[in-house]
Amino acid sequence: MQNLIDNFFAYTITGLTIGAVYALVALGYTLVYGVLRLINFAHSEVFMYGTFAALWVVMLLGGRPGAGVGQVVFWVAMMFVAAMAMSGFIAVLLERVAYRPLRKRNAPPLIALISAIGASFVLAEIMGLRSRITGWVGLDDNLRDYVRNSRNNAGMPTIIAPQPIFTIGGYHVTNVDVFVIVGAIVIMIILDQFVKRSRLGRGIRAVAMDPESAALMGVNRDRVIQVTFLVGGLMAGAAAVFYMLKIGITRYDAGFILGVKAFTAAVLGGIGNLRGALLGGFILGLAENYGSAVVGSQWKDVVAFVLLVLILLFRPTGLLGESLGKARA
Amino acid sequence: MRSTLKFAVPLAVAALALGACGTKGGDTATPAASGGAAACGNYKIGMFGALTGPNANLGIYIQNGVNLALDDYNKKHADCKVTLENYDSQGDPTQAPALAKKAIDDKKVVGIVGPAFSGESKAADPAFNEAGLVTITPSATNPKLAENGWKTFFRALGNDATQGPAAAKYIKDTIKSTKTFVIDDASEYGKGLADIVRQDLGSQVIGNDTIQQKQTDFSASVTKVTSSGADALFFGGYSPEAAPLIKQLRDAGWKGTFVVADGVKDQSFIDNAKDAAEGTIITCPCVPADVAPEFQAAYKAKYNEDPNTYSGEGYDSATILLDGIAAGKDRSSMVDFVKSYDKKGVTKQLKFDAKGESADIKVFAYKVEGGKIVGTGEIK
Repeated sequence: MQNLIDNFFAYTITGLTIGAVYALVALGYTLVYGVLRLINFAHSEVFMYGTFAALWVVMLLGGRPGAGVGQVVFWVAMMFVAAMAMSGFIAVLLERVAYRPLRKRNAPPLIALISAIGASFVLAEIMGLRSRITGWVGLDDNLRDYVRNSRNNAGMPTIIAPQPIFTIGGYHVTNVDVFVIVGAIVIMIILDQFVKRSRLGRGIRAVAMDPESAALMGVNRDRVIQVTFLVGGLMAGAAAVFYMLKIGITRYDAGFILGVKAFTAAVLGGIGNLRGALLGGFILGLAENYGSAVVGSQWKDVVAFVLLVLILLFRPTGLLGESLGKARA
Repeated sequence: MRSTLKFAVPLAVAALALGACGTKGGDTATPAASGGAAACGNYKIGMFGALTGPNANLGIYIQNGVNLALDDYNKKHADCKVTLENYDSQGDPTQAPALAKKAIDDKKVVGIVGPAFSGESKAADPAFNEAGLVTITPSATNPKLAENGWKTFFRALGNDATQGPAAAKYIKDTIKSTKTFVIDDASEYGKGLADIVRQDLGSQVIGNDTIQQKQTDFSASVTKVTSSGADALFFGGYSPEAAPLIKQLRDAGWKGTFVVADGVKDQSFIDNAKDAAEGTIITCPCVPADVAPEFQAAYKAKYNEDPNTYSGEGYDSATILLDGIAAGKDRSSMVDFVKSYDKKGVTKQLKFDAKGESADIKVFAYKVEGGKIVGTGEIK
């Protein structure tokens, strides 16, 4: 306990950093749930593919520590482009292959859930077997560095060297911390405005509120669903970039635990509610860090899930309630 | 009726074949045991360890050594070759018992090199002991494994009861740390080792933490270490967690010395932690490659790289079993053969005490320098 009090700000800032990543991934769960009433359990793999895209683009561009500012900005920009493109693509593909055929046949929601879990395994295993896959198609020599040890960790060079920029309560807040937290909040404000103001955003809210009426009013439901998956994927891609800048190491199964956490964050804040996902992500990040400080790091996940159970006991719809359709956003 | 037949016929054939195998196995065992050199047992030895998965490098380094020993043997015994059977546990204790059963059920398997890790050893060794199938582990270092009275357990290297104190000694005498932080990964191996280091360093340990395997975000542990003012950190665990841990510690500006043990002595640690790995101290009861130049040359010729962690121990473990096969031992007589073995191997004098521990033990320190793991000598 004393340790937590002494280093309160250190635990808070680092908790918010990882919380920002949870929040961005949670948006994907919440958006899809809002529109389809479906938990897209394969969303964790959408995130994982984003981390690899970010890693590969840095390797491709020869990212290294200690480069100039212009160079670093370019690399980070390319990470965003690559990771968001990859995650967006995987999310849309997922909708096409794993969900749309089921929806067309009016399958019950449970079937879609099984399909989601199956898709998740397939995506993770493809990444885990990537060295063999490149072997089969004969690209082994060209891609060796990218697929090496495909079941092992894959690490990225530190392209942004963490520098303390200011100090709160004895903790030196680094440029990476600030970039991740501020970046995540900015992206979420953009998303919030998109859902609130744009035509497509209105479509998303309409379908979430009442799919039949929305269809009668001329909203193309399939298109809205596709856009929803795409937006969720883009958010996961952004999360992947922040994750790689902060953690810097990924693996074919890196999505699993993070996905469970992000899903927890979404439920915590009220699934279907965008602002709830943001709040849930940050609260979860903080709770994990505070819990680790007080009772030891091995209890990190326990603390997170106890918190979830407690909140759901008293507020079954999460902190802010389910509201993608009903209220503003 | 036709469909029943379709199933029944192959089933009957399979049952016959199985029965035949069983009796045949029993028959060949008798002449072999009585010293008949003419009968070839078509024996196999097993390689039990992580050959895929995040810890696969450690298993593959051992497997390479084992394969080299097999090549040597099969060159000399071209008329009766021994083959290698792989039991890929991915280092996972929950997969180990089923694999152990598979090895036990295959009567041609007369000995096992492995299980490679301590957790899977604890899970699989009781079954091996019951079946009387000898295991020589080239890498599992948890001391408690030898305390179970398993008759089939042998360890071709020093355990953590020697590695732990050596690591503690290095931290105290060579690094001259006065404030040491200790983290473990709650695994059989990592926690066992870290506890020994904690005990040996005593009041010098200013903080403790436990992480989980597969964890990637260590922000809470990082805060604990940096805020404690520790000048050295000992981590008991494996490289998939060690790499992100040290990376995040260096990112947070921690300048102390990172000390790890044999579970991290794996090139992937450096590949993933990159610059953050520089200066890391790795203790290991494994012998540096240049101690046995002949073995080093043969290994390099076959794999185009230097022998790595426990390649030599893997070679030695396999050699003991192969010598047993050459001496006409089968599964049941192999245990006594290994117990009384006393020969010079590539890593050390190969001889076991009553508990199956290696009688000749040395611990070495290595350092990460310029992206390579470099030996810095024995810890005495």
